[in-house]
Amino acid sequence: MSRLGAMLRAKDDTQPWSGSYAPYDLVKELCIAVGVIALLAIILTVLFSSPDEKPSTIAQWSRELPVNFVATAAEELDGTSATAEYGPPYNHNSGSVQHFLFLHPQRWLGVSHPINTEVDYVIDPLETIPDDPTLKAALAAYQAAPAKTRKAWGEAYAKPLEEYEAAGEEDKPLPKTVAVNPSTGEVSVQASGAGPVPTMMASLLTLAKAGGVDGSLLTSSQFFQTDYTKPLLFMADGGLLEKRAEAEHLLGEQWGMMNETGSYPGQVWLWLYTFWYQVEPFKASPSGDLDVMLVMAALSLLFVCIPFLPGVRDLPRRVPVYKLIWREHYQDA
Amino acid sequence: MSAPPTQPELPAQPEPPAASALPARPATWTGRVREAAVAALPPEKLLPESQPTYVASWIYVFGVASLASLVVIVASGSILALKGPAWWHYTGVGHFFNSIHLWSVELFFFVMVVHLWGKYWMAAWRGGRARVWVTGAVTFLVAVPCALTGYVSQQNFDAQWISTQAKDAMNAVGVGAFFNLTNFGQMYSYHVLLLPVAVVGLVVAHVLLVRRHGVVPPIPLASSSSGRARNSHGASS
Amino acid sequence: MFSNMHAAVLAAIINLNHPAHVIEWHFIKLSVANVVVIGLMLVVFALAIVLPFPGAARRAAARRSAGGR
Repeated sequence: MSRLGAMLRAKDDTQPWSGSYAPYDLVKELCIAVGVIALLAIILTVLFSSPDEKPSTIAQWSRELPVNFVATAAEELDGTSATAEYGPPYNHNSGSVQHFLFLHPQRWLGVSHPINTEVDYVIDPLETIPDDPTLKAALAAYQAAPAKTRKAWGEAYAKPLEEYEAAGEEDKPLPKTVAVNPSTGEVSVQASGAGPVPTMMASLLTLAKAGGVDGSLLTSSQFFQTDYTKPLLFMADGGLLEKRAEAEHLLGEQWGMMNETGSYPGQVWLWLYTFWYQVEPFKASPSGDLDVMLVMAALSLLFVCIPFLPGVRDLPRRVPVYKLIWREHYQDA
Repeated sequence: MSAPPTQPELPAQPEPPAASALPARPATWTGRVREAAVAALPPEKLLPESQPTYVASWIYVFGVASLASLVVIVASGSILALKGPAWWHYTGVGHFFNSIHLWSVELFFFVMVVHLWGKYWMAAWRGGRARVWVTGAVTFLVAVPCALTGYVSQQNFDAQWISTQAKDAMNAVGVGAFFNLTNFGQMYSYHVLLLPVAVVGLVVAHVLLVRRHGVVPPIPLASSSSGRARNSHGASS
Repeated sequence: MFSNMHAAVLAAIINLNHPAHVIEWHFIKLSVANVVVIGLMLVVFALAIVLPFPGAARRAAARRSAGGR
């Protein structure tokens, strides 16, 4: 046997049991266990029920946070949103592409769910609006313009919105270049050199409030749809989901991976996954997700291979918990 | 008068096999599978009516409690599946069964981890039982994504948040290309069929291996002479 | 078709639908519910090992009839 084989094979003095047996009804035990667990689940249900926070919609987002909605839509249009810059599997950019040394699995698996944020989140929903000659003209002008011009228009429109959002986050006085009409909910943005973009964004906001963007994003490719990737990524680029998550202690820095909405227990078994995200080097790493998943994959492999790991497999013999478990057997011996 | 017609000669009957002859191997795949199964797990070993006398601790019930929790999870999940994924949002009865499903999942992980702790401190992989540990550990590791696909199939705010956050980890390892957490249809299929089948399959293998090898005997005390083999008594461990 | 008419009958006795209380210790932040679950697991594990298991007399009789060790 090789040295490695000898190391992996523990010195095992366990002999087949040739001692006494006592009656033990396994099937009865299982039936009792099912009854007890079912009863416990029913008791917990009657006491606590289960959480069911209603999902957010793009309509709600556009009504509750109209400036944030318009700012996000502007980023989708000019390609600066998180989704627009993400990279595989949505597009070929690199804003969220992670790697570890020579491992680039995100790139290797490629773009499998293509999302063109300019077209999918702005142009296509707007084209579903009928009988609006002003919008039609604005869309035509936008699509006819060269890419450089479109980008300049988008950036000119997005800049005051970014300043507005940043001021809001830092609790500073809000710039007057962005205003929300309290009676109509319309967002007006003072931006010169924005071309047809203000007209497009105003129409998109109105469509969103009516629920049209929710519907359009879901059924853009076919009527029957169960893939919510597009509307979810659009909402995740904005601030509404994060605002709700923070209130429910679900953010990453709140150890949110383990938590549930309300005061319910969550996925407690994810404690070690979420732990790594709180400590360096994972916390500040741009490839933190990949780093954590690699560490957890390695630890999981070690966990499965405990019988073969010298030291780890010997610890139970050294820490005499077994003497408590089998005390009746040892006493009789 | 002519002679009565004679009976045609019957072929000679084969001699009965000698007592020392080996039984013929079954010619069919079915027969061979049956023989292999019965050889590995004769009925008395599959469903014994006794256990070694050292099986005498409450820690031993956490294995069957894990199994029982899985039964309740599958039962409550089946009722939720009967009425479709939207049902529990609209009716009290549906919400009731969703709650049972959630709490049985919490109980499942609770008792499974206590079972795992117990088995570690018993060094339950001894005596050729490494596969028992391995199947149990892999069951836990498969149950985690099974639960995750359930959480993202809830069709509520929790599902929205978990899917949009966890997608980054999936994408980072390349799995996001074919395992899309924000694709409800795909996640629901994984949750209701593919991953439960994997979990149940692993649990069945785990339980059959325990039945085959028997419950692991106690760790010999350093000063005891329990390492000596005894006369065989009943089924081997 | 979809109604909440039974919801009141089946509503929870203890309402957990409010933001969680969080226990913070250094950089560790755990919700009270999760701390309770983890604590209960440790307590149940300890009790499972320590509490006597029923049937000791039956097992002693089995050992005696097997001729002891």
